[in-house]
Amino acid sequence: MTHAIVVDEADFDPAQLLLQLHRQSPSVGAVASFIGVVRAVPDQPLEALHIEHYPGMTEAEIGRIVAIASQRWPIEAVQVYHRVGRLALGERIVWVAVSAAHRRASFAACEFIMDFLKTRATFWKKECFSNGERWVEQRQSDLDKARDWQE
Amino acid sequence: MIVVRFFASLREDLATEMVEFDAQPLTTVGDIVNALSSRGDLWRQALSSANLLVAVNHAHAEHSTPVNDGDEVAIFPPVTGG
Repeated sequence: MTHAIVVDEADFDPAQLLLQLHRQSPSVGAVASFIGVVRAVPDQPLEALHIEHYPGMTEAEIGRIVAIASQRWPIEAVQVYHRVGRLALGERIVWVAVSAAHRRASFAACEFIMDFLKTRATFWKKECFSNGERWVEQRQSDLDKARDWQE
Repeated sequence: MIVVRFFASLREDLATEMVEFDAQPLTTVGDIVNALSSRGDLWRQALSSANLLVAVNHAHAEHSTPVNDGDEVAIFPPVTGG
C-alpha cells in the first residue's frame, strides 16, 4: 500500500490526482474519491473558512488513520490532501481517494478515512462572516459516525 | 524542558501559542494542566473545559499519559477538519 498525505494552502487538481491513482498499478480496478467544499451556512453571510492545523501531528495522525484502513481493507493506494489557511465559499477543502482491486474496499476505506479525519486529525475551522467570526464546534453526528466503524 | 502548545480557540483565549516547563516536577499531562491552571483565573477558566483534548509528541494522549524531558505536549479543543 502506498500513500500520499499533503497539508497545504494551495489547491489541488482532482483530475490529476485521480489519473495518478488509477494508472499506478495494473491491479487497480476501482478508485473512490471524496471532495469536501466550503459551503454556505443557512441564513448567515459566510465569506470564508479559516483552517488552522498542528503541523507534524496532523500528518502523523492521518498516517495512522490510513494505516488502520489498509489493515482493514485490501487497498492499493491512498491520497489525502487537506488545505489550510483562508478558503472562500465554494473552494475545495479536502480530498481523499483510495484505489483497490474492487469497489467495495475503495468505497469503504474512503469513507472510513474521512470519518476519522473529521474526529482525529488536528484541524480547526473558523467561520468568517461579513459581520464577525466564530470557531466551528465538533458535531456529535461526526463522533457517532466514527464510533460506528468500531462496532 | 517540556514544550506545551495551544491551538485554535484555546490559543486565542490564552493569547499564548506555547509555554515551556522544566521537566523536573511534572510526570503526567494532568500535572501540566494543573500547573497551567494555577497561573490565574484566565488559565483556570480556559483549561477547565471538559472537552479539551491533549497530545504528547504528535499523538493523541490522556491526562494520565506520562511526560518526559524533551517531550512536546499540546492542548486543544475538539477537531473540526474535513
